Amino acid sequence: MLIRSRRAHDIATAEITPESTYLRRREILATALTGVATLAFGGARDARGATTPKPPELGPIIESPYSASEEPTSYDSVTQYNNFYEFGTAKEDPAVQAASFQPKPWSVLLKGRLKKPGSVPLETFLEGHALEERIYRFRCVETWSMVVPWVGIPLGDILKRFEPDEDAKFVEFRTLYDPERMPGQKRQTLEWPYREGLRMDEAMHPLTILAVGLYGRELPNQNGAPLRLIVPWKYGFKSIKSITEIRLRTRAPQTTWSEMAPNEYGFFANVNPEVDHPRWSQKRERRLGDFLRRPTSKFNGYADEVASLYAGMDLSKDY
Amino acid sequence: MSRTRWIGLGAWSLGLAPGLLLLIRLLGDQLGANPVEELTHESGRWALRLLLASLAVTPLRQQLGLAWLAPLRRTLGLLGFGYAALHLAVYAVLDQGLAWEFVLEDLSERPYIAAGFMSFVLLLPLAITSTRGWIRRLGRRWTRLHQLVYAAATAAVVHFVWLVKADLREPLAYASVLTALLAFRVLRAARKKLSVGTASA
Repeated sequence: MLIRSRRAHDIATAEITPESTYLRRREILATALTGVATLAFGGARDARGATTPKPPELGPIIESPYSASEEPTSYDSVTQYNNFYEFGTAKEDPAVQAASFQPKPWSVLLKGRLKKPGSVPLETFLEGHALEERIYRFRCVETWSMVVPWVGIPLGDILKRFEPDEDAKFVEFRTLYDPERMPGQKRQTLEWPYREGLRMDEAMHPLTILAVGLYGRELPNQNGAPLRLIVPWKYGFKSIKSITEIRLRTRAPQTTWSEMAPNEYGFFANVNPEVDHPRWSQKRERRLGDFLRRPTSKFNGYADEVASLYAGMDLSKDY
Repeated sequence: MSRTRWIGLGAWSLGLAPGLLLLIRLLGDQLGANPVEELTHESGRWALRLLLASLAVTPLRQQLGLAWLAPLRRTLGLLGFGYAALHLAVYAVLDQGLAWEFVLEDLSERPYIAAGFMSFVLLLPLAITSTRGWIRRLGRRWTRLHQLVYAAATAAVVHFVWLVKADLREPLAYASVLTALLAFRVLRAARKKLSVGTASA
């Protein structure tokens, strides 16, 4: 039997670098370095990079008894910390990527169960309504919140002009779908176009507005120019931006987030500290500008006005 | 100073730079509209990056025959642990305001928080036993103990994947780097076993 003792300079087979790997060593190193560099710097973004000029001021604006008395969040925070996946998924993306978006000319397509359907230029759509300032709390499902001085018109007042049918029970809204103008739509992050919906009584509630501005000026692009929904007692994702289509329906529409993750986002999405998101607590929130979290209020503090809409419903099931 | 010392010094300085940058941005109010969130995300990202960089040292050393890379494994690992500790501290102190009932609720009810915390708990003994003294004292058991780093890195990546709402590109980038690093080790071990088997036959 031949017993071969291993000498110090012998190399185990496994330790020999295969020739193919040896020949590709520079390539392997380059790939690794590129990967490291991407991970290191890909996520870094300039939070204050976007300082586009402020939009023009809006005409006469009347005050509203529905306004909260809280101090509004700074203009910079309101316009540079946005969830608007059509313009990128990071908070600071929309301010940068929407900078060159042209919201005009704009028209709204009205269809479904109403007596005056059709495509209506935005100016006609808003004609005859007084602009109101509504200072509202805005609570995101991600647990941050703001106070925003919106400028808008009650949705119900506008809808009545187009004469909804008796059997119209829900309103569906759609965001513009145009990947050339909304670059985030080139990727399938969400099912485009973004869709949202309200029950008719929610849509007609005086707190529900279509906003065309904030801080006395036209809506900045990153905040949903030129026309967006604001439903202050619901999580922010209900307040759909850059609306091009409104459809009155007999049945509840599919909505984007609840379609994507039905166990996490419901159709109603009322702010509710008693019903946690499956992955995080909804009991507290961080108001932008604050250091510590504060308790979240049911219906975002609008319970007196809206709790009756949900009488008899189990809000842990209809979340 | 020897080459090893220079490399070590370079790694420490580069590794501490992102922390210093965060501090500068914090003091200059340059962390955006939600500074606590930015601190949380950035410290977490750097913990993950450095941990993965530490795991990349051995494959690079073996494939490229660069023995001098070896000490970087410890340096990068400790830096990664440092950012993980910062990440946890920012979460507990700044984000939760040391409200323990909420921290405990998070830990017991939110899988992504539990995964992140588990990653930290697994890294803790590795950081403690990273000194020469402990390596000597533990001997062969040190190597076995430090295999926990694979579990810690996996838990950290899972933590990231689970917290994202819709855009999975970034966490999946980390997941693919980790998968490649783990696959390298599995393949290498399998090949070693195979060649040992062939040699003894």
